[in-house]
Order: sequence, then C-alpha cells, then structure tokens
Amino acid sequence: MNISSAHQKIIDDLKQQYPDDILEVTENRGDVLVRVSVDAIHNICQRLYDEYRFIYLVDIFGTDRFTSEDRFEVIYNIVSLRDQLRLFIKVRCEEEDPHVQTVTDIWKAANWQERQTYDMFGVIFDGHPDLRRVFLPEDFEYYPLRKEFPLLGVPGSIELPSTTPDTED
Amino acid sequence: MGLESALGEGFLTTRVDSLVNWARSNAVWPMPMGLACCAIEMMAFAGPKYDVSRFGSEVFRFSPRQSDLMIVAGWCTYKMSHAIRRIWDQMPDPKWCVAMGACASTGGMHRCYGVVQGVDNFLPVDAYISGCPPRPDAVINALMKIQDKIKTEHSVLLDT
Repeated sequence: MNISSAHQKIIDDLKQQYPDDILEVTENRGDVLVRVSVDAIHNICQRLYDEYRFIYLVDIFGTDRFTSEDRFEVIYNIVSLRDQLRLFIKVRCEEEDPHVQTVTDIWKAANWQERQTYDMFGVIFDGHPDLRRVFLPEDFEYYPLRKEFPLLGVPGSIELPSTTPDTED
Repeated sequence: MGLESALGEGFLTTRVDSLVNWARSNAVWPMPMGLACCAIEMMAFAGPKYDVSRFGSEVFRFSPRQSDLMIVAGWCTYKMSHAIRRIWDQMPDPKWCVAMGACASTGGMHRCYGVVQGVDNFLPVDAYISGCPPRPDAVINALMKIQDKIKTEHSVLLDT
C-alpha cells in the first residue's frame, strides 16, 4: 500500500485510540479508505474533526453490496483544508433495520446528505433532526438504489397527475 | 359572389370558421416548458436566425393564461409532471401541445423510475418531434403541422 506519512500518522493515532473499531485500511490510487465499526463512527468523526481539522464534509453516500451480511455501506468523504488531506470513512450496516449514528452535530452539511442516503437506501440515521425523504414522495414505499428495485420502478408507485381538469368553479 | 360585386373594391367574403382558424393558426403563442437541453434549441427557434415570427409564434408567453401552445422541451420527472399538468389546465382553450425531443416523447435515454416515459401519459400531445435535441427547423416543422391542424379544425359553431 502507498499511504502518505500524513495519512499514516492519523491512522496510527486512530488505531491507538480505538483499537477494536478500525477494521480495515485500504488505499486506492492515492485515496485512503478506513473502514470502522458502526458503533464508533460518531466518536471517530468527532476526533477527526477536533484533532485533525477535517472540517469539510464533501459527501456522504451509500452503496448496496448485495451481500447477506453487512449489506449496506455508508461512506464519508472528508477533507482537512489545513493539512490538504482527503480521507474516506466507511461503515457497514445490516440489511434488516440498518442504523448508523448521525454526524449532523459535527458537520451541518451532513443533514441533506444523510437524508438522501436514507431516501435511496433506507439507512436510518439515529439522532438526525429531520430525517425525511429528499427526492421521492413521502408515501413512497421503496428505496430505489437498492439492487432489487426494478430499473423502471414499480408501476403505479408514483402518482401521475389527473388528466381530467379541475372543474370546481 | 354576388355580394362582393355589390360591395365593390376592398371587400371579400368568407366563412367565420375559416377566418377564425386563419387567425388562430397565425398567432400560436407558445408556452415554453423548458425542462432540459431542448429548451436551448427552443430559444434558437424563437431567435432571429430561425425567426419563428414568420409564423406568428415569436411571442413566448410565460403566463399560461396568454398562450395557446405548450412546448414540453426536455425530460419530465414524476415530480414535475404535476406542475406541468397544472399549467396546462390553466391554459385557455383552444390549446395545443408539442412533445419536443426524445425525452418528452418517450422518456428517451432516461429509462428509469423517476422520469415519466413520455408526456403523453398525462397530456394530450398533438405533435411529437424526434431528435436529441431536435434542430430548430424540426420545431418549426412541428409548428407548421399544428397550423395545418388548426386550419382544418371543425366548425367553431359546433362548440356552442
């Protein structure tokens, strides 16, 4: 692996602070990805924010790995503007009742990102102030980016407008 | 012909139907429903180079109350479909609709759960334009098709 010394220093510190929660460290074309246990995500993010000034949350997104265990993955893309570093944090959660603790109290920008991840994958962010759908209607029953969701959607699941004009006058 | 000779120079006689249809067909004011890249071609259609004012349609009306022709230009999501239908319902009769481009006609390349697969699912479309996006000439062609349709409409007397 080709991890820069600045990244290695952060990872060593995290491993020392949370020895049981750093599950996997990988590197892909200069990007460092750290998989942490789902219970420790909030504490680790808080520490990265406080100690290493990862003040810029670029993105939060989900993936559907379509595996029987730990099916959904939530990935946090964070940047330290002071040290010019980018870090990816990953957590995995179960298919049945996926729960991840929110990071909206650390980064305000996480609000809509977590809502969108909920909208598309159904991952529930505990402690989120306003966990509603972003794009799809409130009464929509499915999560469209899950692998089992059909490409063209479920017929009739989203309402089309009535083709008879409103006649109340 | 007897009446015209009695009236002399400067008069002609016709039917009210023909007159009304002629007037309507040469003043089709479009309601631009620009949703995506097709809207850029729709602007070119109204601009000086393609000059749709030759056909009396240069007045883009952004109020549905003043327009006769809705040009749905671009892909339409389920969320947007309600707004489009509402604007369509606010347009006064008689009114016509053009589905411009592959997306508005069939969903086009947006073959997914969020995009309505053709605006004819909720609008009575009179003319479809192929292309992605269509050239402004094609939009003019659709407008001329609409004009032909207006000119051959049934009697206005039957409306009452």
